[in-house]
Amino acid sequence: MDHVRYIDKTREYYRGEGYDTPYRWAHFDDIPFTPLARPLPECRVGVVTTSEMAIRDEPPPVAEDDPLRDPYTLPSDTPVARLYSRKTAYDRFATTLDDVDSHLPLTRLRELAAAGRIGALAPRFHMAFSQYSQRKTLNVDAPLILARLREDRVDVAVLTAV
Amino acid sequence: MSLVARHLEASGIPTVIFGCARDIVEYCGVPRFVFCDFPLGNPCGTPFDAVMQRDVVALGLALLASATAPGTTVVAPYAWHEQTWKDKCFTKERPFLDEEATAKWVARKQAYRDVKAGGTA
Repeated sequence: MDHVRYIDKTREYYRGEGYDTPYRWAHFDDIPFTPLARPLPECRVGVVTTSEMAIRDEPPPVAEDDPLRDPYTLPSDTPVARLYSRKTAYDRFATTLDDVDSHLPLTRLRELAAAGRIGALAPRFHMAFSQYSQRKTLNVDAPLILARLREDRVDVAVLTAV
Repeated sequence: MSLVARHLEASGIPTVIFGCARDIVEYCGVPRFVFCDFPLGNPCGTPFDAVMQRDVVALGLALLASATAPGTTVVAPYAWHEQTWKDKCFTKERPFLDEEATAKWVARKQAYRDVKAGGTA
């Protein structure tokens, strides 16, 4: 079976819910490109995700009612068993976010680093929220994540859209 | 997330996105994309299937190393264990957000607009 057309599905769904103005998905004709500068075994890998990770038994990194929901970071050496996702926007009828590595592959990347297939996993990983405002993502969130990845001196970035 | 990938890439950091919403990511246009044809939530493979996850992540790394032009999609060679989710997602039977999550989403959206109108965002 072919892949799901989410743009069409969401348009129909929210029209049925009484929302008349369809969401305008981001679209660009040009796509930036930066080739890999060095072999992966020499690269430090940064990780960015929308999976809203938090650490068990600690306060949530961003308050639930925070309207800005700026990006935040957590240490990459946090044991995966202590991490959980606070995300509610996923297909909760079909699957779960209970296995962190199904949406944030920290264990897999640690394995690859141990095997020498990547240089290292960066010391922090970064959370970006799926914002309502594309302008906020473009003007605030993305530059903030770029600055943090540069602080971590990453060579490449792995992003997971959850 | 596609917008973040584009910004990083334009600023000199090669990126690869793992995702399950192929049409949304490709409509935006990203440098490198590994598509898992799974329900939204597991872009790196089936939960608790470490072998598959290793393979999916390896596809992304290989794409980082091999891509010579932007806009490349690699399809992970896996199917979800059943197919009915594709017809059922985003229906009244299976609304994407439950009522509580929808209420919070609407409240946060309004709060963001209020903050923006106040000139602090």
